[in-house]
Amino acid sequence: MINVKVLGSGCNNCQTTLKLIKEVADINAIEITLEKVEDMAEIMSYGVMSTPGVIINGKVAHAGGVPDKQTILGWFKSVCCPSDDNCC
Amino acid sequence: MFEFLADLIVYNMMGFNPTDAISESFHFFILDTSKIFFMLVLVIYLMGWFRSFVSAEKVRQYLKGKSKTVARIMAIFLGAVTPFCSCSSVPLFIGFVEAGIPLGVTFSFLIASPMINEIAVVMLLGIVGWKITLLYVTAGLVVAFVGGIVMERFKPERWVEDYVWKIQMGESQQLPEDNSYSARHRFASAEVKEIVGRIWKWVIIGVAAGAAFHGYFPQQWAEGLANQNNFWVVPSAVLMGIPLYSNAVGVIPLAEAMLIKGVAIGTTLAFMMSIAAMSLPELLILRKVIKWQALILFAGILAVAIIIVGWTFNFIM
Repeated sequence: MINVKVLGSGCNNCQTTLKLIKEVADINAIEITLEKVEDMAEIMSYGVMSTPGVIINGKVAHAGGVPDKQTILGWFKSVCCPSDDNCC
Repeated sequence: MFEFLADLIVYNMMGFNPTDAISESFHFFILDTSKIFFMLVLVIYLMGWFRSFVSAEKVRQYLKGKSKTVARIMAIFLGAVTPFCSCSSVPLFIGFVEAGIPLGVTFSFLIASPMINEIAVVMLLGIVGWKITLLYVTAGLVVAFVGGIVMERFKPERWVEDYVWKIQMGESQQLPEDNSYSARHRFASAEVKEIVGRIWKWVIIGVAAGAAFHGYFPQQWAEGLANQNNFWVVPSAVLMGIPLYSNAVGVIPLAEAMLIKGVAIGTTLAFMMSIAAMSLPELLILRKVIKWQALILFAGILAVAIIIVGWTFNFIM
């Protein structure tokens, strides 16, 4: 189970990012818990200033702008099995 | 190249007669939109590459402890190259405050960011030419620089919301970054897709409206605005611009129509800057981090700076 947090207020880019992450996880049958963080103090506590930010298992994966699907899949791979390209 | 494309589409494929008035304006429309879209894609892609190297977080680290002037120049530069979504202005503001970056520098950033961005530059280049583009960008940089300095004189620290000072910016481990060319290419492509996907309709509406305005921009307005000797023209153009909320994309074709109708360059620039940099919704977002006094002061300083720019250009041109 991978824990994913999307940091950001309710702006459009944040919504899109949330949706994309869900899509990528669904297509690849990766189990994730998806959480949206809107509290400013908590967002800043990750050291992120540009939203949307993405936190994967407590580590900052992304800050600012909408990520593309391949990049999202890359994050999942790098936490579950960095050495194996075919695992997830 | 774009001439050829427009010729091909309008005259050859759609069979318009080149001597018709309607086919001529249609030709103009195709020419302008294809040129602008081509430049938008190219420029956003290149900026995307560039941005994959620079992030707000890195700049914050870099600005920390720099002398004020260096910090201000860097902040304005960052503001100009990042069209960050306006919802990022709150976390950015807090992040800068927390890093001990002077508030005046942060305000310089907040002025530069909406006013100068690659999309505005592309639209300006495509529609009004490089000279006015250069004037606009230079004036924007000056307003950002001076505006921040003046803001500082008023000691705006006392108007920052209390909770802002209490937020501690943490540091988290980063996932290993993918620095390959293909990752940067994907980042840049995603930017193109996101930005063009968001603004394409405004570009088309803007160009079409600009074309229509050639004929229909009320002559009386234009005459009133065109009278350069009238001291109040520039301030009223700035006031008119505040409630009008538009991004650069929407306002540039309007500016073109104003110029063609004989409105002075300074007045037009002031109007554009007022629309781009002073929009009520974006000012109100800042209310989350600063009190009303600071917000009103900020808007006032910005308005005065833009008016001075307008007068200066009207005077020297």
